[in-house]
Amino acid sequence: MRPVDPRLLRYARSTRGFLILAVVLGAVVAALVITQARLLSTAIVEVAQGRASLSTVSGVLVALAAIFLARALVSWVAEAAAYRTSAKAKAELRAEAIDHVLRLGPLGPAGRDPGAVAALVTRGVDALDAYYARYLPQLVLAVIVPLAVLVTVLGADLISAIIIAVTLPLIPVFMILIGLYTRSRVDRQWETLSRLSGHFLDLVAGLPTLKVFGRAQRQAKAINAMGERYRSTTMGVLRITFLSSFALELLASLSVALVAVTMGVRLVEGQVTFSIALFVLLLAPEAYLPIRLVGQHFHAAAEGLGAAEEVFALLEQEVPAGGTQSPPLRPTIHLDGVGVTYAGREYPALEPTTADLPPGALIAFVGASGGGKSTLLSVLLGFVAPTTGRVRLNDQDLSETDLTRWRAQLGWVPQHPQLVAPGAARPTIRDAVRLGAPTADDARVTRALADAGVLAEVQLLPEGLDTAAADLSAGQARRVALARALLPDPQVLLLDEPTASLDGVSEEAVIAALTRARDAGRTVIVVAHRPAVVDVADVVVHVGSDAVRDVVALPLPELSRTTVTARDF
Amino acid sequence: MREMWRSMATQRWRLAAAAFFGVIAAGSTVALMGTSGWLISYAAEMPPVLALGVAAVMVRSFALSRSVFRYLERLVGHDAAFRGLTDLRVRIYDRLEQLSPVGLLRFGRGDLLARLVADVDAALDLPLRVVLPWVQAAVVSAATVAFLTWLVPGAGLALGIVLVIGLVVVPWIVARIAARAERRLAPTRGALSASVVSSLDGAADLLAFGAVEAAVADIDRRDAELTAVAKRESAGLGLGVGLSTALQGAAVVACLVAAIPAVTEGRLEPVWLAVVALLPLAAYDVVSTLPTSALAYQRVRGSAQRLNEVLDAPDPVHDPRDAEPMPRPPLPLRCRGLEASWPGGPAEPPLSGRTDEPVLRGVDLDLASGERIAVVGPSGAGKSTLAMVLLRFLDYTGSVELSGTDIRALDSDAVREEVGLLTQDAHIFDTTVRENLHLGDPHATDDELRAVLARVGLAAWLSHLPRGLDTDLGPHGAAISGGERQRLALARLLLAERRLLVLDEPTEHLDPQAADALIDDLLTVTAGRSTLLITHRLHGLDRVDRIVVLIAGQVRAVGTHEELVAQGGWYADRWRAEQERGDLTALMGQIPAGTALVR
Repeated sequence: MRPVDPRLLRYARSTRGFLILAVVLGAVVAALVITQARLLSTAIVEVAQGRASLSTVSGVLVALAAIFLARALVSWVAEAAAYRTSAKAKAELRAEAIDHVLRLGPLGPAGRDPGAVAALVTRGVDALDAYYARYLPQLVLAVIVPLAVLVTVLGADLISAIIIAVTLPLIPVFMILIGLYTRSRVDRQWETLSRLSGHFLDLVAGLPTLKVFGRAQRQAKAINAMGERYRSTTMGVLRITFLSSFALELLASLSVALVAVTMGVRLVEGQVTFSIALFVLLLAPEAYLPIRLVGQHFHAAAEGLGAAEEVFALLEQEVPAGGTQSPPLRPTIHLDGVGVTYAGREYPALEPTTADLPPGALIAFVGASGGGKSTLLSVLLGFVAPTTGRVRLNDQDLSETDLTRWRAQLGWVPQHPQLVAPGAARPTIRDAVRLGAPTADDARVTRALADAGVLAEVQLLPEGLDTAAADLSAGQARRVALARALLPDPQVLLLDEPTASLDGVSEEAVIAALTRARDAGRTVIVVAHRPAVVDVADVVVHVGSDAVRDVVALPLPELSRTTVTARDF
Repeated sequence: MREMWRSMATQRWRLAAAAFFGVIAAGSTVALMGTSGWLISYAAEMPPVLALGVAAVMVRSFALSRSVFRYLERLVGHDAAFRGLTDLRVRIYDRLEQLSPVGLLRFGRGDLLARLVADVDAALDLPLRVVLPWVQAAVVSAATVAFLTWLVPGAGLALGIVLVIGLVVVPWIVARIAARAERRLAPTRGALSASVVSSLDGAADLLAFGAVEAAVADIDRRDAELTAVAKRESAGLGLGVGLSTALQGAAVVACLVAAIPAVTEGRLEPVWLAVVALLPLAAYDVVSTLPTSALAYQRVRGSAQRLNEVLDAPDPVHDPRDAEPMPRPPLPLRCRGLEASWPGGPAEPPLSGRTDEPVLRGVDLDLASGERIAVVGPSGAGKSTLAMVLLRFLDYTGSVELSGTDIRALDSDAVREEVGLLTQDAHIFDTTVRENLHLGDPHATDDELRAVLARVGLAAWLSHLPRGLDTDLGPHGAAISGGERQRLALARLLLAERRLLVLDEPTEHLDPQAADALIDDLLTVTAGRSTLLITHRLHGLDRVDRIVVLIAGQVRAVGTHEELVAQGGWYADRWRAEQERGDLTALMGQIPAGTALVR
């Protein structure tokens, strides 16, 4: 783990300002620490050597109190600034991540479902609080304070300065050596460990299955044995990881002891004064403290950076560059051997398909389920780029076309419409229908609902247009989604199984809406699984493959069917 | 917290040892500073070098013991905490076992279950981050105060007051501030989270309708609100460290104010003055970790509360005190007037229909030995509820009899010895193929395992596995496809040789071709065995003895496939819809794949 990921400075810009503040405050802290030691040693030495009483050192004590207060104030300011920075940095990361994910398209980032992304950018990045509030300022202190202390001690006493100067660099050196020596062992054990910790979850998740087989009650022993293995493996790891903090503490406290003892001897021999000796003794631990604290906060910081790195991984997925040409109006859509194979998949999601889709026609996509009909709609929407062939709008390649303006011509009814509306936690039917035309009035919304054949049902609802879209039945939601697609008056309608989960009457209403749209001169492209839709189509495209491919259902070997029947009952 | 305390209490001796080591380590920290101060002060009086010997040895040994005992404390403490965790896991598992599966439905989703397990793990923090630091700080504080009081009573009193504030008041304030901040942040964060989730879920719709910018603007607005609240709370959250430093200063200055007159008046030898100043400085370093402990305590308590919700959930099934013996086979099944509802209202009912309203409403059902019937109907009709009742996972009214004995009079585990279940999401354990199959029959030989895999159509699959039966299937059976998973689960069920098989939507998550293939094979291997097949797809049902149509918790029709098709109604409608797909297939046959037919 790099202590400060440069990407954090790039994506979360407020980190830069905070780093500068941390350096300034770190310098102030160093000055305060040194002054504190100076004042404290002065007060003690003056009184102990009988040169002063409470009244004569009262000024020093007041100054000491002021120094402590100033230190308190600085650490408060630093910590409050850290939380503020953390809040801002999280917001910056969040904004960039969400914007990026949405630009990646509806498939989103590879290998991530929307729920996981949402959890990452909300709860996940909260781990950065510890990074900003604890680790980063401490890291700055760990550089500034030991150096400042060393320089000060050097000015006061050469031998002590040498002791500190020799031991301080030993700390990172030792930690690195121990780290190198133990890494492979620790790595190996972490592997076992993560397996074991997943095991309990596996058992709990499988409880219903264990109960079905009457084995649930016999697991206590297994959990015990597993816990025992988990413990011994963990302890194996911890014995090693604790070693590095042991080395750190040992070096720090032995150095302080060494400073104290050599000082004592040299005091007796009259080589140093009491006040310098005490001053150095008070300062010596301060050189090691910030380094120890960095070690303590390392784990919390790693968690925060881990979350940030996941966000960076999202941000580094490339957004496909869109075209810039404006799309022709009501074009003929040419599919020239359009096929899609997703990265890492063995079989194509869409076999090469060739067809001309004239404007003003009703076109049905038919094909076996899983054959790529929905994928073809995604290609037409510009959500997915074809991996073979191309889509042309008249003579213009879709990949060179400004997709935002192309989509403005389209009306889409997905297979599983999400009736969303920006800004509404529970969008109403009105909100949902106006997604593509936020300024439309109720008259237009009502007309669209009527065109989609769902107005009568909406009017029967007690709250009418104000009904929450989430309360609609699947069939109603589908037709409300059709109304949503019709409202902005699109040139091309793309519909994915619009009559699924509809009864006969509603299906007829939807088919009537489709033919009406065609008769009004729109291009209607519909993924069909019912003959009633195909019957009215002008063009039928067979999407899919003639080859039978079923990796799941393997043939039953004839022989073995009979060999085991003895055990059947 | 009681369960966590109880489990950790089983390790009280180890924890006591850890606390002892911790006290010595923390005490050494304080003593190191104290003796160093004394050593320097004494040396300043220029005694013979040899007179420094004892103090020099003490300084070195405190330096050594501080690190050594800290290391020991960590090792012994973690060891004890992990032992306590194992005990807690067993306890929690025992309770989950009683509740599963119906009593756990409200925790049924994977992430919530993972959270539950994480909450159990949080028990580690109770000894490590709460109890041990507090014990050390308290003991070392008390000892330091006692020593200072012996030197200068006024300094002891002053340090005592400041340390009590540091031990109790500051952690309390920090915890209160954090809780208040969380209360204020939670609703704004929730609103932001909801907006993010709905935008990401609806990303395709937003893109297609050009509404992405509006959605991003909405998220930005909510994010700005959250950031504003977080900034307002930052001053409070940053207070902890500052308070500790201020108190440390107060302790040092107060001790000096008390000790300086003692020195000038001759009540205290000057050599002790540095000690009086250095001890509070060091003691406060020990106490300053406590605000963090207070926050850890809050987190542990939150986890404990969530665990209690699970532990205190009502039992979904009540076993009889004196169970009747299982009747002898054959075991015909007979249900009369069966009614059932979901207890306590699961957060996400697996079936539509409101909480506590009966989902099954007077169901009569007969299944003779060796007969196979299918229960069909739209989703939400109560089909899965029926499966839960038959497996004795859910209480009911009316009667469910196996060979004339109501299954409520039998031991529920004994019922499951006779009734087996295959669900849509059978769990495949993160272990080898062999171990997964041994769940059905621990004594099955490898040949028997291979034979049963062959029967369910997995012979070729098995031959392609890199290590055969020893192949690890990974977490949640991630390495295998949905169809393979269901077949493996079926093989496991066949090995268990239950007399009555309940197959609950076994093809639910499969694509249509894989589903049809699985149903065909399923009907082949269950021939001659009492089977209740619950499904909403009608493929293959001409092969079962009888079909029961269940709609809204009631039996609407019973008959063979032919009878039901002739009779009309839900089944006939559904059947026609499935047939139409066949007509489309015929049309597709006329158009080569990847081309268009223009009419």
